[in-house]
Amino acid sequence: MTHSHPAGKLPTHAKPAAAIAGSFAEEVEIRGHIIDSLILPKILDIITQGGGQFRIKNISIGQARNDPSFALLEVRAETEQRLQEILAVIADHGAVPTNQQDCAVVEADIDGAFPEGFYSTTNQRTEVRAAGHWHEVDLQEMDCGILIGDDGAKPRCIAMTEVRKGDRIVCGHAGVRVIPPVRSSEPHAFEFMNSAVSTEKPKGTAIREIARELIRAHEAGKTLVVGGPAIVHTGSGEHLCRLIRGGYIDKLFAGNALATHDIEQSLFGTSLGVRLDEGISVEAGHEHHLRSINRIRRLGGIRQAVQQGVLKSGIMYECVRHNVDFLLAGSIRDDGPLPDVITDSLVAQQEMRSRIRDVTFCLMIATTLHSVAVGNLLPAWVKVVCVDINPSTVIKLNDRGSSQTIGLVTDVEPFLRALVQDVEEFAGEKRGS
Amino acid sequence: MTQPWILMCPPDYYGIEYEINPWMSRSRASDAETTRAQWRALHDVLVSVGAKVSLLEPKQGLPDLVFTANAALIYRQTAVLSRFRHAERQGEEPIDEAWLTAHGFTVRRLPPDIYFEGAGDALFCGDTLFAGYRIRSHARGHQLVGELIGARVIPVELTDDYHYHLDTCFCPIAPDTAIYYPAAFDEYGLQALRAHIPNLIAVEREEARRFACNAVVVGRSVVTNTGCPQLHAALKDRGFEPHETPLDEFVKAGGSAKCLTLRLDGEDAAAWRTAPAAREA
Repeated sequence: MTHSHPAGKLPTHAKPAAAIAGSFAEEVEIRGHIIDSLILPKILDIITQGGGQFRIKNISIGQARNDPSFALLEVRAETEQRLQEILAVIADHGAVPTNQQDCAVVEADIDGAFPEGFYSTTNQRTEVRAAGHWHEVDLQEMDCGILIGDDGAKPRCIAMTEVRKGDRIVCGHAGVRVIPPVRSSEPHAFEFMNSAVSTEKPKGTAIREIARELIRAHEAGKTLVVGGPAIVHTGSGEHLCRLIRGGYIDKLFAGNALATHDIEQSLFGTSLGVRLDEGISVEAGHEHHLRSINRIRRLGGIRQAVQQGVLKSGIMYECVRHNVDFLLAGSIRDDGPLPDVITDSLVAQQEMRSRIRDVTFCLMIATTLHSVAVGNLLPAWVKVVCVDINPSTVIKLNDRGSSQTIGLVTDVEPFLRALVQDVEEFAGEKRGS
Repeated sequence: MTQPWILMCPPDYYGIEYEINPWMSRSRASDAETTRAQWRALHDVLVSVGAKVSLLEPKQGLPDLVFTANAALIYRQTAVLSRFRHAERQGEEPIDEAWLTAHGFTVRRLPPDIYFEGAGDALFCGDTLFAGYRIRSHARGHQLVGELIGARVIPVELTDDYHYHLDTCFCPIAPDTAIYYPAAFDEYGLQALRAHIPNLIAVEREEARRFACNAVVVGRSVVTNTGCPQLHAALKDRGFEPHETPLDEFVKAGGSAKCLTLRLDGEDAAAWRTAPAAREA
């Protein structure tokens, strides 16, 4: 296979890193007098002409006349086959893949723990090399190990507790690579917001973008809301109900408190004994909380309460009515709890894990523990918005190290009110157009 | 200055026994008597222009051992030994190594997965080693050679199978001057050659196929196969002294004057030949 290049059309490439696309990648290095000999531009041309893309990850140019130069390239292509074709051609010109080792695999020697030296995952897209080929790791999650399944099974993240003796676990860093987030050349919906947390940021624009994201996920994706009881205390329950009725929420993860307060509000008109419409404590109101839980426990669960006409409004009612997949995870200080609450935290975590797989957008509102728990499970490419009056919660979420996480420090009620307004407005525009 | 020193190998066992380049055809055998006469004539021309010629003992079963240019790359007292791409020629390696070692050269080898065909694919012009790759030698191998001897290496891709070695389409004749056949390179290679060599003498296709670029340079004398009148005229214009001697029997195997010789004391075009060995390892 030879490559001829028309005279006078020599390399002028400087592909911006932002244009990198294609999910199959390999890192190659080129050494020598690659600038003087035009070997580097030639290789770059071959990559582009072969339908691939490149990113120069590192380059050092020899200073003295006899000093060789060095370039480290990431080569990407749409398909594995195309990538291999490109790599085969550029190998002829001296481009050598840097990572030619398969990953090391060690069998777990006991249940519930990794072998020593296990590879500890990040939430970024990861690939492992086995039998000379790169495979994307499934169910990407931070702080896990990587399980190499039997022939044909995709490698996947596995939590420590899930490990069974004999599981084949990736050890060491050889043959493992983390793929940096793919940045499309089109402006990202979230690009205008950097993820730094500030209470001073104008929120109107941010909320409008979040509304657009909800609509996009409504059309092609799944939205998960992780919510804390402040949604109810602050009187924002109805805003969330409107989003549920509009079909914008697919899943709700919360604790015993959100559901209990919401149900108390529905059954007694109070939240922790306070009338939300008037803001005053009612006589024996503190008992409403426990009476609500007790009533639901007597009926066997939230779903039964809705079916029997006992629970007729509120967030949980709308979830049941509109088939929102809700998951309530318990904590040690819970009252009751409601029968729907999963009290074994490992079981709850496993349930969350299995239910987030199709989530494309996650809205975390006024909860620290559940937000962090879910944040740990989500792969880095799922867009996350974290809204809390407490900056430390937002900062914790941002520390996940994902460019896709956006934090808004704000009171829940005005946020949700504005969000509902924007969503309904945009949806109306869409219908009208 | 020392006397130019060249290694040759008598064509006792030369013949077309296999086909590893487009010139070779077992149906077009070489004539033993003509072969010997042509080889002897080349040898005598080189001696007449002032070279000392040493002989490598021929060996049965290695017909291409006559092409000593492919034995190694010589840099001062270092010989970077070839590793032939084709199994047919790999048997030459120990014989070349033994001779070079016996004659005072430090023999260096490249890693086993790298092909490199010596002075056939690596030629100094000035202080730069120009290196042909893709058909016989690996681009990567040339970089390793550069690191080994501490020289700047400009790899150029060879794109014409008839010019499978760099010495069939490129010949430095002075530190700033080289003969070349442009059609054997791609645009990148041409641009690199033109950027680094001030005087390039282009050869037409017809003469390139007569191995005009496969020339032996001894001082100002340039020895080629017959049938290269345009090149000879150009050389005369530039003050060189061209010589021709028929080598058609070797052209049948894809070789000519230069392929039949290995310059042991450094080509006249190599800058290091006259520079003090200040940085020699």
